[in-house]
Amino acid sequence: MPGQLLRVVTAGSVDDGKSTLVGRLLHDAKAVLTDQLSAVEVASERRGYDGADLALLVDGLRAEREQGITIDVAYRYFATAKRSFVLADTPGHVQYTRNTVTGASTADVAVILVDARSGVVEQTRRHAAVATLLRVEHVVLAVNKMDLVDYAEDVFDGIVREFCSAADSLGLATFTPIPIAALTGDNVVERSTAMAWYGGPALLEFLENVAPRAAAGVPARVPVQLVARPRTASHPDYRGYAGRVEAGPLRPGDPVVVLPSGQRTTVAGIDTPDGGLDVAEAGRSVVVRLTDDIDIARGDLIAVDREPLPAVTRDVVATVCWLSDRPLRAGDRLALRHTTRDVRAVVDGVQSRLDVTTLTSAAADELALNDIGTIRVRLAEPIVADPYATSRSTGAFLLVDPHSGATMAAGMITSATP
Amino acid sequence: MTATIDSAAVRLDDTWLTDLEDEAIHIIREVAGQFDRPVILFSGGKDSIVMLHLAAKAFWPSRVPFAVMHVDTGHNFPEVIEFRDRHLSQLGLVLTVASVQESIDAGRVHETPGQTRNPLQTVTLLDAISAHRFDAVLGGARRDEEKARAKERVFSVRDDFGQWDPRNQRPELWDLYNGRHRPGEHVRVFPISNWTELDVWAYIQREGIEVPGIYYAHQREVVHRDGMLLGVTEWTPPRDGETVTTEWVRYRTVGDATCTGAVLSSAKDVVAVLAETAESTISERGATRADDRSSEAAMEDRKRQGYF
Repeated sequence: MPGQLLRVVTAGSVDDGKSTLVGRLLHDAKAVLTDQLSAVEVASERRGYDGADLALLVDGLRAEREQGITIDVAYRYFATAKRSFVLADTPGHVQYTRNTVTGASTADVAVILVDARSGVVEQTRRHAAVATLLRVEHVVLAVNKMDLVDYAEDVFDGIVREFCSAADSLGLATFTPIPIAALTGDNVVERSTAMAWYGGPALLEFLENVAPRAAAGVPARVPVQLVARPRTASHPDYRGYAGRVEAGPLRPGDPVVVLPSGQRTTVAGIDTPDGGLDVAEAGRSVVVRLTDDIDIARGDLIAVDREPLPAVTRDVVATVCWLSDRPLRAGDRLALRHTTRDVRAVVDGVQSRLDVTTLTSAAADELALNDIGTIRVRLAEPIVADPYATSRSTGAFLLVDPHSGATMAAGMITSATP
Repeated sequence: MTATIDSAAVRLDDTWLTDLEDEAIHIIREVAGQFDRPVILFSGGKDSIVMLHLAAKAFWPSRVPFAVMHVDTGHNFPEVIEFRDRHLSQLGLVLTVASVQESIDAGRVHETPGQTRNPLQTVTLLDAISAHRFDAVLGGARRDEEKARAKERVFSVRDDFGQWDPRNQRPELWDLYNGRHRPGEHVRVFPISNWTELDVWAYIQREGIEVPGIYYAHQREVVHRDGMLLGVTEWTPPRDGETVTTEWVRYRTVGDATCTGAVLSSAKDVVAVLAETAESTISERGATRADDRSSEAAMEDRKRQGYF
């Protein structure tokens, strides 16, 4: 569907040439402008490089340029005649895995880069695990630096086989492998002439044509952000609930249940400043009016009253990516942020940790920075949740340090017990 | 980075604009849900006009429940100040002005003769934030503007010195924005982070939003300075040896008159501006902002100190 935004995350190890790929993509898609390119040329020359180092286009922080590595996720924007793109460029070094998680959380497509000379490494498995856990719709394995292995088909095939076995262990059903050379531009925007054995699309061609994320498998849910009660001359008795439609589409007349209270009513209207809507697809920010006067506040959730309904729960089992230097242990007290609700949480226990080398889970009693594991959390008040696998927006949560406010973990609910 | 797109910039299918609008409205509503004393920074520039338009839509049919503040260097284009005041009174909003001149008079900052007042805004902004006890400060900055801004979060925590620590930012996951902060800290919020210059103009066209006339082609007395066209104003008189000419120009960004350049243009309306933006080979800030040209890390350094 042209005109839609496609969100892409790129991930790779140090020196896989990821910034070069992004620079090349932007450059060849003509999203790099003359003044930006000449600034890069001047900076490259000052550093004594041969030619323009396109990585300098994207490494926005001084420390990144000095160390020649990407530290923080950077967002890039470009458009072609077919589509607009938001590209989250995330760093490769293991200590910055949390940024890969960040980028993947909103992505429709994950582009995982490997160096054709080194093949699948631990970071590759980690990135594949993150993309799978966060349920990114499409995964691209971009085998880079094909120019340095003489564009050899058997090298590419070997890496694809290696990645296949990792994908199998993770339960990643499909992925798209593309051989590229970011430095020379082979198969980045235009199909390469150096790899006649490859019949697939160039990377940009794939991104332009891939279908965006499929709709969630559950009916609409609207987490209430605000209650709209203007009490103005033009709207004296208006009462509506402002929020974003999640999962499926919402229509006037839909029967709904308001959770956690459980009261039932119907949608009287879906309002926007530009007029009422006959249908609000997932993602639309709207104001919902209900037929009956019900006590509803921020943090409540309006769900279409059809199975499967979300669970009202104070007991959650979830996969988490731990993002803090301080380890996570049983008994830790944190704040849990889910949809528009903040509740106090205590970690009941760490159940297991994923070994990213073998891609198997083993029992563990704590999670350290960048660890991915399964935990059980008890809540002071209920949340209204779905498994992440059925609905991203009502299955995802953050764990937050109640004192500093720091975001400590990204959580994905595997089961919510009513 | 501004994207260049093929053919007409005006696409019939504007789904992507609706996506961006929905995201921005969601962010603005989260600010209302999570903070006690938010303020919108409004300069009369196109990005802040679009942000205010989005805020009005976010809270419709209620009024925008935020304060509105302009950090005024005292060196702004008079047309923009006139627009600012008229626009806000039409929306029924009251403006707080944080004045750099007052900061200078009070000895809080020191002006360097011949230098732009642009960097001085940081102290005035931080003073105003603490004086009004604002806990959320909404700005119209976009990630595509500049490579340090590309690293910015939508919700970005500032310590009690107003500092940005780019290496210690909170991960921002899904659309779960974490506004928790300690007393004395505040959070900068950028609802149009994911918009490009072209998106802003396409949205201005779609929504029929009014912007100050200096964004459209007009005749103005200018001098060539440091590779930029600088309008001749009372704060930017021609220097010795500079020739004043009258050219058809417009502004792509509107900031302090002493550091904002004009571009040659014949685009007299929004459709023409869209076409021109789509074809431009120079970035918005590269063409017009002297403040970003001083070094490779000029923006990062200013942001670390608490700049917008």
